[in-house]
Amino acid sequence: MASMLDTQSLPPVPVPPTSLFVREGRGVYAFVARNVHLVRRYWGWEIAFFVFTVANSLSIMYIGKAQQAVNSPEATQRLILYLGIGTLVWSYLRAVFDSISEMIAWERWEGTIEYTMMAPVSRLTHLLGTALFSIVYGVVRTGILLVILSSFFRVDLSHVDATGAAIVLLIGSLSFVGVGMVAAILPLLFPERGAEMTFVISGILLLVSGVYYPVSVLPGWMQPFATVSPATYVLRGMRSAILDGQSVTHLGGTLLPLLFIGLLSIPIGMWVFGIVERYAKRTGKLKRSG
Amino acid sequence: MAQLLADPETNRLSVATPASEAVVVDRICKQFGGVLRWPWRAAKEPVHALTDISFTIGKGEVFGLLGANGSGKSTIIRILSTLILPDAGRATVFGHDVVRDDRAVKYLINRVSVEASFFKKLSPLENLLYACRLYGRGAEARRDILHTLDLLGITEAQAKRPLETMSRGMQQKVAIARALLTAPVLLLLDEPTTGLDPRSKQEVQHFVRAVRDSHDATVLLCTHDMEEAEALTDRIAVVDQGRIVALGTSAQLKTRLRHEGHDNPTMEDVFMDLTGKSLVNDTEPRKE
Repeated sequence: MASMLDTQSLPPVPVPPTSLFVREGRGVYAFVARNVHLVRRYWGWEIAFFVFTVANSLSIMYIGKAQQAVNSPEATQRLILYLGIGTLVWSYLRAVFDSISEMIAWERWEGTIEYTMMAPVSRLTHLLGTALFSIVYGVVRTGILLVILSSFFRVDLSHVDATGAAIVLLIGSLSFVGVGMVAAILPLLFPERGAEMTFVISGILLLVSGVYYPVSVLPGWMQPFATVSPATYVLRGMRSAILDGQSVTHLGGTLLPLLFIGLLSIPIGMWVFGIVERYAKRTGKLKRSG
Repeated sequence: MAQLLADPETNRLSVATPASEAVVVDRICKQFGGVLRWPWRAAKEPVHALTDISFTIGKGEVFGLLGANGSGKSTIIRILSTLILPDAGRATVFGHDVVRDDRAVKYLINRVSVEASFFKKLSPLENLLYACRLYGRGAEARRDILHTLDLLGITEAQAKRPLETMSRGMQQKVAIARALLTAPVLLLLDEPTTGLDPRSKQEVQHFVRAVRDSHDATVLLCTHDMEEAEALTDRIAVVDQGRIVALGTSAQLKTRLRHEGHDNPTMEDVFMDLTGKSLVNDTEPRKE
């Protein structure tokens, strides 16, 4: 390098943009672009996980089809669609939740956490960038899944209220971003066990939210958990819009709790994340290894 | 309070501070453990990582922290990097408090550590684009990245392959490029040559000299390599068990030993005398 590095010919030192919007916008883009690159570089695992998701979704929908021996054709169609909505919505919500809740754990595994945390971007920008990527990633992944599942099952979608379904999913995404932010503090608090804890949270949400069955079939003691899970309302709203063709005006009972959870959980998630980040800095837990 | 300023002629970032100090570390203390006790676990004995540490680094100075593994060097670096909060005392970087004004400090610093710390599946270009964007850099960053990597001997083709395919020495060069591209006025080097082969080590050391001479940066170098400390730094603080036991130029530190009757002492002799330890076989970094 003695002969190679001529620092006089280094590019001029850049001045940080003075516009807050430009600076933070580039920060948000940094996280989105980085995650896109990671997905591309880990394409083998992406395909493996996606194949598993497709197989799992098809298996669940075939359970519905198998009921044609005891159900009417209409009831069977409804059950297949019911299960299909469950598997698609859960696939989407899990993608959003995992991307956000694992953002700290992932950087710890890669060994980059210290460099990201010492970069001059606000934590809001960090979380927004991660959330934006997670929503785009979730939409694309679920869209491809929808196309594949549709080719296996012929279902009547003529009565679907697509606008209502889209609004439910949009507001539901905000709720899951907030819940993901709250879950993301666990790997900060517990470097060795935090990621495992977020995995358990995602499993509990799957169980109590009525992804493949009505919440009413759960034991009485378990049902209160369903009322605080945003997935319960997303699934209820999506089923009302898709199975029953209900428009937005009839979805207030679903949208209001979702909006409430989203508006509450995002600022709470940010606030708690800030407190826990400070705790991690005080205790020296913001290190690359667990 | 210091302000970030752009020189209209060179377009380089500079800092306006009333004093000539780049870094002021004033009576910093830090202990780990004993903060939160779980009822089912025996309380861990607190570890006193730093006790009453004070020093200043002048603008443009290369300042060395010399100490064994676990002596507290990396904790000092992490405090200045805003990654650890001190329990007591105060540290400023160009007049900005590292706790209360951490955002301003972050714009002024970058770090090259013992581990390159990159997304290993991503290419150097992808990793550096990410770093540049975090520091607010726009589309021009791509051109500058390829130019800087080229200066460091990394071709465009290599810059687009996954980083995991590169040797450690090459990865460390990419880490150096990251530090250059974000234009730090304070460069924190945390054992940047540990574990490198002699050639790579020499190259990194050349980089430190080059940055000092032509890039107008202040450098804090943590090392346990005596020769490196002596060759690169203007002043050295010897750290042992979280305390600074001596501070001065290498000549001053040696003179002290000469007065005690040593003929032609080396830095190893100085270190042995001050700490009762040898750094010769102290090569594996330990978590601090």
